[in-house]
Amino acid sequence: MSSLAEQAVARTPRRLALRFGKMSDKAIAWLFITPSVLLLLAINIFPLLWTIQLSFTNYRANRPNAPVRYIGLDNYRDILSDTDVWHAMQATAHFVLWSISLEMVLGFGLALLINRRFRGHSFWTTIILLPMMLSPAVVGNFWTFLLQPQIGLFNSAIALLTGVDPSSFQMIGDVRLAPWSIIMVDTWMWTPYVMLICLAGLRSIPDYIYEAAEVDRASPWRQFWSITLPMVMPFLMLAILFRAIENFKMFDMVNLLTSGGPGSTTEVASITLKREAFEKWRTGYSSALAIILFVTVFGAANIYVKALNRVKQR
Amino acid sequence: MIQMMRALGAAAVVAVSCLGGQAVAQTKQLTLCWAAWDPANALVELSKDFTAKTGVEMKYEFVPWTSYADRFLNELNSKGKLCDVIIGDSQWIGGAAENGHYVKLNDFFAKEKISMDDFMPATVVGYSEWPKNTPNYWALPAMGDAIGWTYRKDWFARPEIQAEFKKKFGRDLAPPETYDQLKEIAEFFQGREIDGKKVYGAYIYTERGSEGITMGVTNVLYDWGFQYENPKKPYQMEGFVNSPEAVKGLEFYKSLYKCCTAPGMSNAYMSEGLDAFKSGQVAMQMNFFAFFPGLYKDPNVGGDKIGFFVNPKEKDHFTQLGGQGISVVSYSDHRDDALAYIKWFAQPDVQKKWWALGGYSCLKSVLNDPSFPKSAPFAADFLKSMGIVKDFWAEPSYAELLLDMQKRVHDYVVADKGTAKEALDLLVKDWQKVFKEDGKI
Repeated sequence: MSSLAEQAVARTPRRLALRFGKMSDKAIAWLFITPSVLLLLAINIFPLLWTIQLSFTNYRANRPNAPVRYIGLDNYRDILSDTDVWHAMQATAHFVLWSISLEMVLGFGLALLINRRFRGHSFWTTIILLPMMLSPAVVGNFWTFLLQPQIGLFNSAIALLTGVDPSSFQMIGDVRLAPWSIIMVDTWMWTPYVMLICLAGLRSIPDYIYEAAEVDRASPWRQFWSITLPMVMPFLMLAILFRAIENFKMFDMVNLLTSGGPGSTTEVASITLKREAFEKWRTGYSSALAIILFVTVFGAANIYVKALNRVKQR
Repeated sequence: MIQMMRALGAAAVVAVSCLGGQAVAQTKQLTLCWAAWDPANALVELSKDFTAKTGVEMKYEFVPWTSYADRFLNELNSKGKLCDVIIGDSQWIGGAAENGHYVKLNDFFAKEKISMDDFMPATVVGYSEWPKNTPNYWALPAMGDAIGWTYRKDWFARPEIQAEFKKKFGRDLAPPETYDQLKEIAEFFQGREIDGKKVYGAYIYTERGSEGITMGVTNVLYDWGFQYENPKKPYQMEGFVNSPEAVKGLEFYKSLYKCCTAPGMSNAYMSEGLDAFKSGQVAMQMNFFAFFPGLYKDPNVGGDKIGFFVNPKEKDHFTQLGGQGISVVSYSDHRDDALAYIKWFAQPDVQKKWWALGGYSCLKSVLNDPSFPKSAPFAADFLKSMGIVKDFWAEPSYAELLLDMQKRVHDYVVADKGTAKEALDLLVKDWQKVFKEDGKI
């Protein structure tokens, strides 16, 4: 009986076999990957190189007739000495750190609960997963209504619980509350995602490890710290990586909820970048800002991945 | 055989003529770009006459105000062919002219005997000229507009409210003529219960993302003495943008926002104002005249329930210019049809119908008609307002100048960051930087 490979060769049309027959394996490999490489070059590498080049110029896309000058590192110097950019970075860091912390705690907690088989388990899992299935634009819009001081359900709920006048506070119009509003909405939307990753981690722990721990009379608390947490840790770290990269770039939801306001309180880096690039049309300057943000995320992600690999090796 | 050849020939002629006809029909189409608002609907109605007269089919690309500038400036900057005719905002004129987005209309106006002297001077300077006050025309004044105010005439007329107001302030409750009066009235209504519902004093612009708060703030600041630059030395802004009077004006705007607006109005522009007024939430509303015909027709707050007044005065008396001119996009493949549309639109009878349908004509023959002030309850106020308009920078860098002002005034008024003086000082620095980069200072 002939092997599968032999059968495949036998079924290959003669003309095709002849054509490829003269090519080396390496050439065939190149033939197959060339379209992908070209596509990658066209849509990723070329724009990146072009952005780097533009970041050293005073180019403005809305001034086609203006001369483009090479200005060295001026854009980078201006960005790094601009207090507004640093403020945007602080706002981004505040948003990323708090939203991820809350999502990890709540997501992991929910995963532990969902991991226990109970009646209606599938139904509740689906309900919990609903927010992450929505578009950020939809989420931003409907939370704007929910947080409206006069007609919003959120304010009414707080009023019901605390007895305060619902229109006496505004979540997205108040300097102190607005940053927490975007954190709250992001946490609501993305906790299920973290939960899903953690659940995958929990389900991957073999039962026999817990059975052995029980034979050794380890308490549930001890089992959690010595088995569950270490074994889920790579999954948790992966979730942190995904969410951190996403939230560092967060634009749509924040833009719809607060437009960066009140004032510039919630103006995260991506909103600053959009304003510079497509509203002020400072293409050279915004290219430099994009490169700085890219290097920051790329550098942080690389360090993080190394740490993740170390955890996995343990 | 000959008959067969003839039949084939005839069939070919019919086929070619059908295809040709189809090709002609395809080219006889114009796309007009504008904001999505009430006057755009009036223009759709009006333009049916143009289609009937010329056979040119009209297509429309209307975009909500909050993304109007983003959408169409991107389109123009990318030399897109989406719009043949565009009703672009007044502040775009500098950039659109210098970057070649609009067709210069001087020769066309001369050929078609369209005279800019026939249009209200403020609209010609505001919507058509670049550089300003020079006879270089890039648009035909299309939609006159300025900021005005609406108020709840029915609430103001209630005897118990009238009596209480007179007792408190020693004068009749009437549309305000000064900002002090406006604030007193707003404070008087703030938190008051009317027909079992809590109402608020005034609605003013606070929007952060596009141009909202700048339009509202400048509308007030002009009256307090704010100037963009030294009238004798262009681009010298120190002492004019941040003059003590301008600082007081900005402080006033913030005090009005804090004392007398409805909760949740920290990022609100035109549509939020309309919603607040239509839902019976506010006693007075700052908004553009363009919305007043629609508000007057509103079944709940229109008719006898609504009144209108001109922007109050303080040291000076000005109001923020709105409105737009209509231009031909230089990248359009249908330039002749686009120019034909402008020629048609400039005709006096078309302009008259434009006003009747809810658009605001800028043509003198319409505005100076003795019957005009009484043609609508807000017509007289519109005429008065158009005589006292001022506009934001129309420089090619207008978008940067606008975003700088959005940030600085929103930071101060809504986010309580720093003082009014600090906000305007920072604004001067921002604007100096922009003009320095442009090589103007």
